Amino acid sequence: MSFSQPKDLASALSILEDAEPRIIAGGTDVYPAMQGKKRCSEFLDVTRIDGFTDVTLRDDYYRIGAAVTWSDIIKAELPPAFEALKQAARTVGSVQIQNAATLVGNICNASPAADGVPPLLALDAEVELAGTDGVRVMPLSKFIVGVRRTALRKKELCTAIKVPRPASNMRSKFEKLGSRSYLVISIAMTAVNVLLDDEGRIAEAKVAVGACSAAAQRLTALEVDLVGADPRTFEIKAHHLAPLQPIDDVRGTGAYRLDAVGEQIRRALLGAIAG
Amino acid sequence: MNKIDTDQTVQFSLNGVDQVAQLTAGQTLSDVLREGLGQRDVKVGCNAGDCGSCTVLVNGEAVCACLTPAQRVSGCRIETAQRLLANDPVAAKLAQSFLDHGASQCGICTPGMMVSAVSLLRENPKPNEEQVKDALGGVLCRCTGYRKIIDAVMSVPSIATGEAGSVGHSIVHLDGVEKVSAQTHYGDDVAPLGTLEVWIIRSPFARATFELGDLEAFATSKGLRAVISAADVSGENSFGVIPGFEDQPVFADVETRFRGEAVAALVGERAILHTLDSESLPITWTELPAVQDVQSAQTGRAPQLHAGRKRNVMCEGFVTCGDPETALEGAHVLVEGRFQSGFVEHGYIEPEAGFAEVVEGRLHVHACTQAPVMDREGLARVLGMDEAQIRIIPTAVGGGFGSKLDMSVQPYLALAALKTGKPVRLCYSRTESMQSSTKRHPSDITLKIGAHPDGKICGFEFHGTFDTGAYASWGPTVANRVPVHASGPYKISDYRAQSRGVHTHNPPAGAFRGFGVPQSAIAQESLFDELAEKLGIDALEFRIKNALENGSPTVCGQVFEHGVGIQACFEALRAGWESERRAARAFNAENTSLKRGVGLAGGWYGCGNTSLPNPSTIKSGICPDGRVMLHQGAVDLGQGANTVITQIFATALGISVDHITRVGADTDVTPDAGKTSASRQTFVSGNAARLSGEALRAQILQRLNVSQEANLAIKSGKIIATDAAGTHSLDLSALDADAEGFVLRAEESYDPPTKPLDENGQGHPYAQFGYAAHLAVVEVDMALGTVKPVKFIAAHDVGQAINPMLVEGQVHGGIAQGLGMALMEEYIPGRTENLHDYLIPTIGDVPSIETLIIEEKDAHGPYGAKGLGEHVLIPTAPAILNAIKQATGVRLYKVPAIPSAVLTALKRGAIR
Repeated sequence: MSFSQPKDLASALSILEDAEPRIIAGGTDVYPAMQGKKRCSEFLDVTRIDGFTDVTLRDDYYRIGAAVTWSDIIKAELPPAFEALKQAARTVGSVQIQNAATLVGNICNASPAADGVPPLLALDAEVELAGTDGVRVMPLSKFIVGVRRTALRKKELCTAIKVPRPASNMRSKFEKLGSRSYLVISIAMTAVNVLLDDEGRIAEAKVAVGACSAAAQRLTALEVDLVGADPRTFEIKAHHLAPLQPIDDVRGTGAYRLDAVGEQIRRALLGAIAG
Repeated sequence: MNKIDTDQTVQFSLNGVDQVAQLTAGQTLSDVLREGLGQRDVKVGCNAGDCGSCTVLVNGEAVCACLTPAQRVSGCRIETAQRLLANDPVAAKLAQSFLDHGASQCGICTPGMMVSAVSLLRENPKPNEEQVKDALGGVLCRCTGYRKIIDAVMSVPSIATGEAGSVGHSIVHLDGVEKVSAQTHYGDDVAPLGTLEVWIIRSPFARATFELGDLEAFATSKGLRAVISAADVSGENSFGVIPGFEDQPVFADVETRFRGEAVAALVGERAILHTLDSESLPITWTELPAVQDVQSAQTGRAPQLHAGRKRNVMCEGFVTCGDPETALEGAHVLVEGRFQSGFVEHGYIEPEAGFAEVVEGRLHVHACTQAPVMDREGLARVLGMDEAQIRIIPTAVGGGFGSKLDMSVQPYLALAALKTGKPVRLCYSRTESMQSSTKRHPSDITLKIGAHPDGKICGFEFHGTFDTGAYASWGPTVANRVPVHASGPYKISDYRAQSRGVHTHNPPAGAFRGFGVPQSAIAQESLFDELAEKLGIDALEFRIKNALENGSPTVCGQVFEHGVGIQACFEALRAGWESERRAARAFNAENTSLKRGVGLAGGWYGCGNTSLPNPSTIKSGICPDGRVMLHQGAVDLGQGANTVITQIFATALGISVDHITRVGADTDVTPDAGKTSASRQTFVSGNAARLSGEALRAQILQRLNVSQEANLAIKSGKIIATDAAGTHSLDLSALDADAEGFVLRAEESYDPPTKPLDENGQGHPYAQFGYAAHLAVVEVDMALGTVKPVKFIAAHDVGQAINPMLVEGQVHGGIAQGLGMALMEEYIPGRTENLHDYLIPTIGDVPSIETLIIEEKDAHGPYGAKGLGEHVLIPTAPAILNAIKQATGVRLYKVPAIPSAVLTALKRGAIR
């Protein structure tokens, strides 16, 4: 039984070489998942690893370390394109959860309803994965491969999220839908990042939807059609939402989720341009 | 690299004192604080970050201790509620504010609430309402409806007074100080550290047969102390709350009847039990087809759950008067509908928990309970023991709402203590609690109502089928209560109501605030709006026109000559009904995607058992030193019995509450004040307290030979009576004390006068009813189907408000539960067995509530007082549904009205 708290990445990776510990950061998903199951006895705590708790701007990208919490994101000085991510941060669970839970934990847990994923997809985020044979970087959209499944290999650690430096005039909005105010798992959520041209038409749009498919995803056909459109009058068509495959569950029906997402996108676009 | 092994330690500062704690890898901070260091002010409600009751500050930041690895806090500064409240000036002021607002009812969420609030107030001493909600959104409360917590954190002026505590005074909770200082001990807080624990093995299937393998060998191999199964049940392996319906086994014998049913239990040390997983146990399960809805349960092919209950029908209830068929045929307008609701979970933040030990050959059980004397009877039955050999000492109760009337942990604790001879402890996990505790009955109701052109009701026919789950519990009570109440508080002369409780392989449905009446009120109050609309009569006027009055018979033929306050409740809403509808119209003219609506509903509720005796006894006495002892055995679940009953007693005796020392429920010490249910404590135990106080006063007046009007005071062992004739003094130390140390004593009982119901349900089911009418304003998002209540006005006829501040607290809490039932709560076995899939309202969901107290004195209640607890949530859900209809034009026939269901109904309505 052990609870390892390495201070540098090399030590963390060597622990992963020797054992198969449960990787833990905030603990907000790890502990509930262990309830009623055989208790895990080997842990690798990543929160003390050098550089993991920082949000930094390096040349052409922002780097969000694997131990950066939602509260850190709320407090961080970030350009307007991160507004959806900040809004998501404020609606994750509760203050208690926001103070402990990490963004990297949120994406590694790979829940279809992970609040962090749509805003990060709309930011074209990438994940940095370190193993003893080196570091690889892959788009977040490729990293989450299914319900609670990621491309993280055994003996590999997700060390950071990398966000390409967005245009300073990129606007951003997050819409979350739940059956109550706080501590709520999203029924559906949408993040929109847009650039407007001089006439107020959309020059570039990034629209990501969560809780409506095994993994949150960008709606690329919609994004293409949005270019040149007036966000106030643009009409979302069924084929724009075709990639979504929402399921029926206790929080709502699949058909409802599709309806709600169309409305969320509309509101997020209007909210984003309203600034 | 720091590698921490099993027997490693962690050092941190706990409430300003350096601590070294032993821990195991990955052990949570909540576990180390509670079980390693005895820091029992850190409460654990869910172990999953869903309830926030374990909130502590780590280096000043609020986190859930149940999600924090204890190793993580090495070198950190930890602050918990208890020391914080004692030493931190911000926290001490907050504690006083919580007390002054009655912001703590059962108190189990209070430590988490206050720790969260301290974190906010340190940064922002003058927060606004939104900031308070954001800061406290992670802590669930099931009692208060949050409004008084918001007021307390914002330090708005309170209505509490420093008066003597007579009837009518808004004094603070008499047991409030220990709650707001986080010193109250609940079910899981009484066992000494290191006590052996009980771990229950439960069925993973709704219906299954099972074979227990060699559990003894398994237990030995793991170092456990004992195995308990049906073979250890020395008495009857069956219990229940209603004579003749004791059908629930302690351990399933042949076949399980619901998911989560106990089949055996293990006893051992906590550290070992917590490493077990249910899949490694030597048990073979064979899943069998289950019936989980009332329709299929009543078919001929359905498996029978209990012998002698044909087609799984447990029992039926029936009330009729007049000739409903003929009346309906002759009605000018008719409305009808089918209304459905699901299981609702009580969702108290304290899971069932307790501690038991054998003391001098007798069994002592300390557990959270609403019914200590019934627990003793139930244990005597399953243990085959004499009741005299069992002592029940209730702990503080962290919310009950009906479910803690039934035994939960008690038989397992008792069997484990008797088998091992050691003290034992058991606290259900949140999932165990949700799987195995009783629920509100799902309902399937059809109702037809007719009316004359002038708006008078003309014929009423009600059929309700209730899913009572695997065992009877309080199902018969629901079946009996519903037909009596389904009319609502209205004059209906041609009436028939039939109810039926049906067994399924679902968790047992039992008592939950309102006993089936909230479900029937949804049908009746929804159709009243439909009738009013069809007739073109204002919904409020329609209700007033039909409302019961003094002297008019109920559907049971019972006539109350005074105290019928429903018309007064509706009249009190008239101004709000006008102004809120005007405001909603203005809002709707300005908004397209959001629409507001205003809805009304009424309700009534009979206090006490239905046509059955339910006496309470209250004992009081005066000691030679002048202390006045009040044996107050009515369990306080947070609703305020400790305060209210003391106020009634103090008023009858004629002294201030400050002189009174309460002695709480304990079956060895305190007379039976009956169960805390059916909104009976203020009425029934309150009357016993009044009689006890009056009897004591009469003895004093007689000894001093002074007039009835004399003022009493107690000073340095003397009672001083002052009347027109002068001042007289009784030296208490000169009197002989009895075996209990009393020089004067009085023990009085009260049993409400009721009469049995005949075959048509005619009779006097209750000695008193309380009445209520609610107005709800909701805002519906027409594109997303979300419903946001924006305001409530609640008028309640309580006869006489013993303590208006506590009345408001009950109203707020009941509305929050009604809101949850209407909009978000549904328990689905196997799917919503935790507090993140099963949603109860948070602090952000309950809008402002205006409470209007109506006082139409009751003929029997103490000083005219009526019960209140259950009345509150009866009108809430239908008022919300009626408001949704007003906002959108669409009526919902099923709760909860989650956004998905609302939008589906809106789209269907639009097509129509």
